[in-house]
Amino acid sequence: MHVPDGFLDAPTSVGTGVVAAAAVGLALRGARRELDDRTAPLAGLVAAFVFATQMLNFPVAAGTTGHLMGGAIAAVLVGPWTGVLCTSVVFVVQALLFADGGITALGTNIVLMGVVTCAVGWGVFRLLQAVLPKRVSMVPLAAGIGAFVSVPAAALVFVGLYAVGGVAPLPLDNLTTAMLGVHLLIGVGEGVITFLAVGSIIAVRPDLVHGARRVLAQRTLEVRTSPTASAA
Amino acid sequence: MGAGHGHTLHFHGHSAVHRAPAHLKIVALVAFMVVVVATPREWFAAYAGFLVVLLGVVALSRVPPTYLLKRMVVEVPFVLFALLLPFVAHGERVEVLGVSVSGPGLLAAWALLAKGTLGVLASLTLAATTEPQALLRGLERLRLPSLLVQIMGFMIRYLEVVTTELQRMRVARESRGFSARNPRHWPVLARSMGSLFIRSYERGERVHLAMLSRGYTGTMPR
Repeated sequence: MHVPDGFLDAPTSVGTGVVAAAAVGLALRGARRELDDRTAPLAGLVAAFVFATQMLNFPVAAGTTGHLMGGAIAAVLVGPWTGVLCTSVVFVVQALLFADGGITALGTNIVLMGVVTCAVGWGVFRLLQAVLPKRVSMVPLAAGIGAFVSVPAAALVFVGLYAVGGVAPLPLDNLTTAMLGVHLLIGVGEGVITFLAVGSIIAVRPDLVHGARRVLAQRTLEVRTSPTASAA
Repeated sequence: MGAGHGHTLHFHGHSAVHRAPAHLKIVALVAFMVVVVATPREWFAAYAGFLVVLLGVVALSRVPPTYLLKRMVVEVPFVLFALLLPFVAHGERVEVLGVSVSGPGLLAAWALLAKGTLGVLASLTLAATTEPQALLRGLERLRLPSLLVQIMGFMIRYLEVVTTELQRMRVARESRGFSARNPRHWPVLARSMGSLFIRSYERGERVHLAMLSRGYTGTMPR
């Protein structure tokens, strides 16, 4: 859900804009390390992919549907810096070409749904990777849990921003419970879908999943001979 | 929200607003919205003034008002939130039509609706009168990092390709009798998403190789 104009006051919007600009600047340098001269076409195509996934609606119940925010899955698939870069570009294009999300709230949207979801999703993912057994099958699980945590984390940051620059006199404790409750549920969906999607990519092209590279590098070549092959 | 995307909002025309340089339009939009957001909510006359200015620009652009009106649905979730606000906010209670609501909440709901609506209308006007390529050149003139503009360019260029690829997958699923109705169908949709990622990434690699074979060294030719 994109924050529109006028939801946060002007100083807060300018503040998040500065933070977002700094984050995108850092992400540009980081993405060059992750992708070098392939950055422009690959990050562009991944951004188009993130945009398209937000159009893929998952049925929940009683006719309602939801879609992925995509920050955490982007971070796991293409790396945290490229992930931040791609989601940020999606928000800029949505604000300028689709009038989705306010232009003064662009910084807020980038910080909340780009930077926070990528950072938290990737952080939890790496943490779990350190704890869980180093197997390829654990990558989707860690990614799913990272995605699950990233959504309520973004909601909490939003409540924090609202405490600083919110325009309506809402009781903060009520807002916190409401936002956390709703976003824990959304987080479950985000986590399950991320788990399933990363799992399906790992099954076909594990080399494309940035978060699986360390695990893949540890695998040794295994030569299996089957009796039927040697007989032929 | 994801609904209603897929095509850019550009409305072909030759008005003064269409012909204005894109970087000036972007700066004007940002400046206008910063002023709107910073205006105290009690200055009702100022908001009427903003609306008159904005409607004047829309009239000058000759984009049909119904075209813009139809596309203002992106705002709906926040209209609902604003309507809820007077009932959940605290502060002194006032009677409106026999219902007790929060006075400050009512004022905040008004401000949210006014600022949000002005924002959506202003952004729609920019999107309707500016071609994506012109917008990218405008952002470049505003000194956005060239790599960032290139990424946005590639995203916009392949948006249609990637979204129609998703569309074709949907047609393929449905022609085999599949329709997603409940969370048990998520694995199928998630696999579609996975293959969409693989196809997008591999397309990115092919595009990069094609660029290299045409002499790409890090900047795009004009």
